Amino acid sequence: MSKISIKINGIAHKVEKGTRILKAAKESQINIPTLCHHSDLQPWAACGLCVVKVEGSPKMVRACATDAVEGQNYITHDPELMEVRKTVLELMLSSHPNDCLNCARNGSCELQTAAADFCIRENCFAKEVKSLPLDKSTPSIVLDPRKCINCGRCALVCQQLQNVWALEFINRGYDTVIQPAGGALLNESPCIKCGQCSAHCPVGAIYEKDETDAFTAAVRDESKHVVVQIAPATRVAIGEAFGQKPGTIMTGQLYTALRMLGADAVFDTNFSADLTIMEEGTELVHRITGKDKSPLPQITSCCPAWTDYMEKYYPDMIPHFSTAKSPMMMQGAITKTYYADKKGIAPKSIYSVAIMPCTAKKYEIGRDDNMQASGHNDVDLVLTTRELARLIKRSGIDFLKLKEEPADSPIGEYSGAATIFGVTGGVMEAAIRTAHVLVTGKELGEINIAAVRGMDGVRACEVPIGDTKLKAAIAHGMTNVRRIMDEVRTAREKGEAPPYHFIEVMACKGGCIGGGGQPYFTDEKIREQRIAGIYTDDEKSATRCSHQNPGITQIYQEFLGEPLSKKSHELLHTKYKPLPLYQK
Amino acid sequence: MTNSAETKELTLTEELIAYIEEWKDKPGNLIMVLHKVQEEYSYVPRAIAFEVAKLLDIPLARIYGVITFYHFFKLEKPGEYEIKICMGTACYLRAAEDLIKEFETLLNTESGTTTPDGKFSMEAVRCVGCCGLAPVVMIDNEVFGKLNPDQLPAILAKFSR
Repeated sequence: MSKISIKINGIAHKVEKGTRILKAAKESQINIPTLCHHSDLQPWAACGLCVVKVEGSPKMVRACATDAVEGQNYITHDPELMEVRKTVLELMLSSHPNDCLNCARNGSCELQTAAADFCIRENCFAKEVKSLPLDKSTPSIVLDPRKCINCGRCALVCQQLQNVWALEFINRGYDTVIQPAGGALLNESPCIKCGQCSAHCPVGAIYEKDETDAFTAAVRDESKHVVVQIAPATRVAIGEAFGQKPGTIMTGQLYTALRMLGADAVFDTNFSADLTIMEEGTELVHRITGKDKSPLPQITSCCPAWTDYMEKYYPDMIPHFSTAKSPMMMQGAITKTYYADKKGIAPKSIYSVAIMPCTAKKYEIGRDDNMQASGHNDVDLVLTTRELARLIKRSGIDFLKLKEEPADSPIGEYSGAATIFGVTGGVMEAAIRTAHVLVTGKELGEINIAAVRGMDGVRACEVPIGDTKLKAAIAHGMTNVRRIMDEVRTAREKGEAPPYHFIEVMACKGGCIGGGGQPYFTDEKIREQRIAGIYTDDEKSATRCSHQNPGITQIYQEFLGEPLSKKSHELLHTKYKPLPLYQK
Repeated sequence: MTNSAETKELTLTEELIAYIEEWKDKPGNLIMVLHKVQEEYSYVPRAIAFEVAKLLDIPLARIYGVITFYHFFKLEKPGEYEIKICMGTACYLRAAEDLIKEFETLLNTESGTTTPDGKFSMEAVRCVGCCGLAPVVMIDNEVFGKLNPDQLPAILAKFSR
């Protein structure tokens, strides 16, 4: 790409040709305010806050959507621009409830921050707040259209990034609301509960269903034995809520904090990520050798937003799905059976909590009867990373100063293969590490599998496992899934051999580290830092492969027998069924 | 409200299916198809929107984005007679609002809705292009000009027969 010379407020800079003014200014250490632009999305100039002047032209242009042009001098800040921006904000606030103290985004709201920066002290325009009902229909997220500033990020995320099309601009002008089509509630729409809308919303118009009070009530209930598991991706992101660099590994502090919050036992979802690999890896080997007649490619099913998407958009792919449950659900099932037996605790008195980077996990725990494999709710409550951070803060815990404690035994230890479940390509890499042993009887020479790593939306590669070349494909961000699914479909229709053996899908960009329940302001840079944290956690792990985790050997010896045993099937596997796009 | 039993029974006519096939791969197809749908049913029934989404391989959300953006498209079945009260500048200044109020009283319904018997629907529209006759009301394609509220019962009676 060629560089062009421009000026920002009279100071010369060189930027790539085709760079928008907003980005060019940012590269020149000038932040232009915006409430609609997000680096994950195509700019579309909705909010009007980013207007700038081009020297020599009377017009103001929107910096987010206008390319910088060779030789131009862009004025980003002057008294007139400040006044225009302030008026734009005042107009937005004229139809905004302004109930900041009661808002889910109090303290993290981009509109609130802008209003503070622009020193808005009074309502300059008559207040006209629409009275619109909340949509609380999903177990994961809440829509509050009164707070919406129609920036459109949620709809674009839902359409461009996730290809779900649950949200759309309905009506026009002042009457515009962002909601599902045809009068459907979110839960009746194609929504997959990934929560990316809530992670991108600049204000409190879409937010996760906060269930921190349920946790507090459980730990205060003496009759309940509260058991908590933490997801791989939470440990490298929660630090951000306490001012730490993205990717800082806070596993030990999390275990300690959860005990201080009243948990009776603290385990790790990573233990069951290792368990998932034993089950899913064995399933894959059986499909390849023909012992299992289910079709290839086998597709991962750890991601509840993806399974929901597939049931709605690709029901013909159901036979390809691994029947293995997600690590969270496996952990829940063994908590109320294996752990309960070992400890002599009645399963009904166990309250099982999962800390997840994900809003869809709140939906997953009640998706069907198979989520009560233990005879009770295998997982009773899911809190997102954001909710846990809030709970830790209000409980007065000085999180950064905590000493690092280990997880409890026996379902708390994990291998490096488990922790990489939190990133795109991680499940594939973990599966290959163990499949190699299952097929060849020998450990992999090079444990880091570079071919499956990276941030490209779709990645395909061949990995040698003994005499077989395992054809693998990885997709993250739902928009990228279509390409692979269509490839598989086409091959099937033509009667050709399947193009892949194994496909890994994660609904969110970057994998779970970019989940809809993670700390706010996630962007590409932050995703990369969290991913680096995950790989560091892998490298410093005592064991790097799921089958090497001594706790896994133990649970098969004492309880499950072998992978895909009858007991495994009862507790750790599930079924999928086609769902209509709209349930109304 | 739309009669839901009726909506459920609605399916695309063969003519519409052929029309959709013809337009399937052409740019701008959605708006053409939606026009045709409204021509056929006098509104865009929900069940038909689902069918169109499937046949054109377009998300239903996109269809609703379009039909709620343009006032031309109706989401509910209009009455047998459609009363359009002009609220363009000239009519507005000549008290078209009084006509709306009178129609609301006479029909016992709100502007923008249809009477329960399905006979009349009423809505305010922008300039219908005969400002010299302000205030103007159109019922189907018949124009009534220089109106005052007292004349409305007689006009309605003409259509109520």
